[in-house]
Amino acid sequence: MATILLVFAVIAVVTPSLTRVLSTKIFYLIACIPAAAFVWTLFQTATVTTGGTVVETIEWIPQLSISLSFRMDTLAWLLSLVITGVGALVLVYCGRYFSATEPGLGRFAALLFAFAGTMFGLVTADDIIVMFMFWEITSVLSYLLIGHYTDRKESRGAALQALLVTTFGGLVMLVGVIMISVQAQSTSLASIVEQGLAGPATTVAILLILVGAISKSALVPFHFWLPAAMAAPTPVSAYLHAAAMVKAGIYLVARLAPGYADTPGWDAMLVGLGVLTMLVGAWRSLRQYDLKLILAYGTVSQLGFLVVISGYGTRDSALAAVALLLAHAIYKAALFLVVGIIDHRAGTRDWRHLSGVGRQAPVLAVIAAIAVASMAGIPPLFGFVAKEAVFTSLLEGALDGDVWGWVAIVGTALGSVLTVAYSARFLWGAFGNRRSAAPTELHAESGSILIAPGILAAATIVLGFVTAPIDTVLAPYADTVGEGHYHLALWHGLEPALGISAVVVLLGLLLFRWRLPVARLQDRLPPVIDSSKGYWASTQAVDRLSAKVTLFAQRGGLVQYLSTILVVFVLTLGTIALIGRAWPTEIRLWDYPAQVAIAFIMATAAIAAARAKQRMTAVLLVGVTGFGLVALFALHGAPDLALTQALVETITVVVFVLVLRRLPAKIAQRNQPIHRVRRIVIGTLTGLVMGLIGVIALGARQAESIATELPRLAVEEGHGKNIVNVMLVDIRAWDTMGEISVLVVVATGIASLLFVSQRGAAVPRLSGARRRRTPSFRSQVVADPHLADREMEAPRDAVGRHSWLIGGRAIAEANRSILLEVLVRLLFHPAIVVSIFLLFVGHNEPGGGFAGGLLAGLALVLRYLAGGRYELGEAVPIDAGKVLGVGLLLAVGTATASLFFGAEALSSAYFSFDVPILGHLSFGTSSIFDIGVYLVVVGLALDILRSLGAEVDRQQEEADIDEESTDEFSASEVDR
Amino acid sequence: MSASLTLVLLMAVMYGTGVYVMLERSLTRFLIGFVLVGNATNLLILLMSGPSGTAPLVTGTASDDRMVDPVPQVLMLTAIVINFGVTAFILALIYRTWWLAQLGDEGDTLSDEHEHDTEEATDAVFHQVDVDDEAIQRVLDESNEHSDDDQTTSRKGASE
Repeated sequence: MATILLVFAVIAVVTPSLTRVLSTKIFYLIACIPAAAFVWTLFQTATVTTGGTVVETIEWIPQLSISLSFRMDTLAWLLSLVITGVGALVLVYCGRYFSATEPGLGRFAALLFAFAGTMFGLVTADDIIVMFMFWEITSVLSYLLIGHYTDRKESRGAALQALLVTTFGGLVMLVGVIMISVQAQSTSLASIVEQGLAGPATTVAILLILVGAISKSALVPFHFWLPAAMAAPTPVSAYLHAAAMVKAGIYLVARLAPGYADTPGWDAMLVGLGVLTMLVGAWRSLRQYDLKLILAYGTVSQLGFLVVISGYGTRDSALAAVALLLAHAIYKAALFLVVGIIDHRAGTRDWRHLSGVGRQAPVLAVIAAIAVASMAGIPPLFGFVAKEAVFTSLLEGALDGDVWGWVAIVGTALGSVLTVAYSARFLWGAFGNRRSAAPTELHAESGSILIAPGILAAATIVLGFVTAPIDTVLAPYADTVGEGHYHLALWHGLEPALGISAVVVLLGLLLFRWRLPVARLQDRLPPVIDSSKGYWASTQAVDRLSAKVTLFAQRGGLVQYLSTILVVFVLTLGTIALIGRAWPTEIRLWDYPAQVAIAFIMATAAIAAARAKQRMTAVLLVGVTGFGLVALFALHGAPDLALTQALVETITVVVFVLVLRRLPAKIAQRNQPIHRVRRIVIGTLTGLVMGLIGVIALGARQAESIATELPRLAVEEGHGKNIVNVMLVDIRAWDTMGEISVLVVVATGIASLLFVSQRGAAVPRLSGARRRRTPSFRSQVVADPHLADREMEAPRDAVGRHSWLIGGRAIAEANRSILLEVLVRLLFHPAIVVSIFLLFVGHNEPGGGFAGGLLAGLALVLRYLAGGRYELGEAVPIDAGKVLGVGLLLAVGTATASLFFGAEALSSAYFSFDVPILGHLSFGTSSIFDIGVYLVVVGLALDILRSLGAEVDRQQEEADIDEESTDEFSASEVDR
Repeated sequence: MSASLTLVLLMAVMYGTGVYVMLERSLTRFLIGFVLVGNATNLLILLMSGPSGTAPLVTGTASDDRMVDPVPQVLMLTAIVINFGVTAFILALIYRTWWLAQLGDEGDTLSDEHEHDTEEATDAVFHQVDVDDEAIQRVLDESNEHSDDDQTTSRKGASE
């Protein structure tokens, strides 16, 4: 069985491409596969008849005990035959039904074919989860097939309705499936049915599964999707919505009936809803003009009939159910195919426009008549045999005193009367002669299209006469339900069931005779059950609700999202912190008195920053809190942190200023801050919760700190006395590696935000600067390449003035500060030397790659501030990306190099020596790693200066030039 | 072990003010709040190292016993540098936003992307589904027989 499914899957995938070559002939080719599966199934008859099963199991997810297990018993055997047999015939029919120019033919063929395989999998799967998978796949395939005419509104609407209704049922069913498999401690359907569990949980599970079954089989209140699904091409209606997919619900009911027919609510749900559906469907079928819709409502009605009988739960009713299932699949598929032919040849399915079709197409009429007779239960057809069995078994139940038996027998008998009436009306409508309409002109069509309906019609006759072998084959399933004695046969003698059948046919024909009064009566009565209105209302309500929720929850604004996150944070962590037991045993007011003073200054600065109206004020106040941290770190015993924080804070303030100089000075000039109270509440609560966490976190510590081991590790393993630095470059080097990667990403991000086109060409150099480094050129002023034309006169005045910085001459006279230039000239090189010193002593003293890199970055900031962007270009005449890249390469190289020596990644090797000034140095591979860190930090600083400094300068200058002619924003810049 | 109450209070104040500023619409204010919250978080980690002591530099003397826990310091050191990088990145974002959105003197205040979306506009997304549903409903309704239809058609047929 797994092999068959695999073949189905493979062929379905290649079908669309084969269709391009074979056109409509593809259908004959792919029809061979279900035909072969049909033959294979027939070969299993002997095993199945003796009550045996064919089992296959392939391990799939052993952790959840889900396996691809397949099991063919009588029920699966019967449904497999129906699915593959009808499937093959419908595919053959498609070969004539579609023309080669049909849009989406390949897709259609593949989907219909895949559907046949999926149904085969559904009925043979023994694992209930796998069965459910196939179940859902059929829903999706049905959606795609109904929506075959993608350009038709009704097609799309019908497809979506079918999908929503059946997947809704499917989801409800999934809950039941999981519940029952947990209770049974097995996912095997056979085992679940055999255990026949009971109890409230089982009841819930079974009823949930039944919701899935009745939605799939289009029972009231889900019945409306099936008539709508008639928007699909007729072969789809014949196969999915008559023979196969809608039978999945019946299959499931029949599958569970042996074990669970006694579950409370089972009868009410299946017999009750079944009878109701049978009556509603037949009643509505009686008033349809569209031949296909007569059949569609008829199918709804018959599905109700099938659910009643397969859910009834006696041995004889089970036998009747499988017989009726077979009969219905055959005659209903045949009738749909007939309607498809009429539609094709006459160009309409509305019987008001049809006349004389029977006279022109006698063979078609005969085929239809046979199928209709079987549907109405006329002897000697198989439909009659099945209906006799149904009436007998239900009557027996009713006479035993079962209330639901009475409901079932009366209901189905009434339903059958209506069935006879709409059957007659269908035949009369399709093939009768009408004075009202001119004889319909039929297009010529090759007779081969009649093969499929012909075979089905023949089958319905033949089966009526070979009831004995059928009885033998189907009996093993019925015997799993209970005890009984009934046998399928054409003639049982003058039994009550025969009487019921006779009365039913008579009344039905009378109803057909009086169809006009009936139609008038129907028109006057309000619609019995119109759940499509309910579907409309509920889907629209869901749509509107989702619109409202989206509008409320997703405003596309940072403020709202942040507020949501913070409120959740306050509620969850605040609650947990409050109910936790880990309060500290003692409270220390301060570590040292100065702490209070520093904290007071910092808190004041933070509050003032929050209230500041000017950007620069706010930035400087935030800077105060940063420098306050420096003091706290220094006094706490964290010199590395103090050093790093001091450097970072300085550069941060400079960078802030670099950007903010371009923005308006006041923060909110036009838009006043809103929601002040809300922000105060959220801010206060967040502060309180964080404070709470700060108080209790230390007291909550349970394990011993790892700090005690660190000094030994640092000295012995890391060859360094500065524990912080050793941890950064050795013990926790992997973390540092991740962190410098973040820095590289950030630097690249900044550069790409500013240099939209490219960064490589962005190193501004002075033309011929190298030559001008000689003393004779020192005194000359270099012209700014950008402002060359306009500023040519000014430089001439400045000739003779000594220049301290080579790029300084490119700055306009008014912007130069000679004092700054001198200072930078004197400080830059010492600063770089100190930064390198920090880098190397970091292993033993405060310092290291981060601090060293930041100091070098600060030196570059000074060069830029004093000499402008050309000075920066001269100071570091290479692309920042290269600096970053080399840094990262060194770090990664250190990490991987140790792999070549058989050590783990990032393990260090050392050799030590004495160096004057620097002292005893232990130079190890970790130092190379630290150099990588140093370079990455320098690269970051350089990228920030290039982007937020030099590039912003350039854009501003461009904007200033354009301002004279146009507005502040140069169009070229914005377009870029 | 317990934390210094002074530092806890300072941290709470910085978180509170930071969040308060972060929730404004101005991007610069957001960044100022971000830096405040970043500093507050560094304080939180600092708190976790317990009382102050000597620097985590191994001297081999008795003062090593009063050494503070170096682990939080390592975490903070990288946090400080990354904080700086992200701050610069947000600054670049602010500048780019201001430039591209042509905010000019309006500063850097951005409104919510979907602020002016109405319920009708959001509803309109579902319009096509409704139209499709109506279409199939019409097809089904049209096939329903009415008592007078039959006579009209027969009469029409007769007149032809």
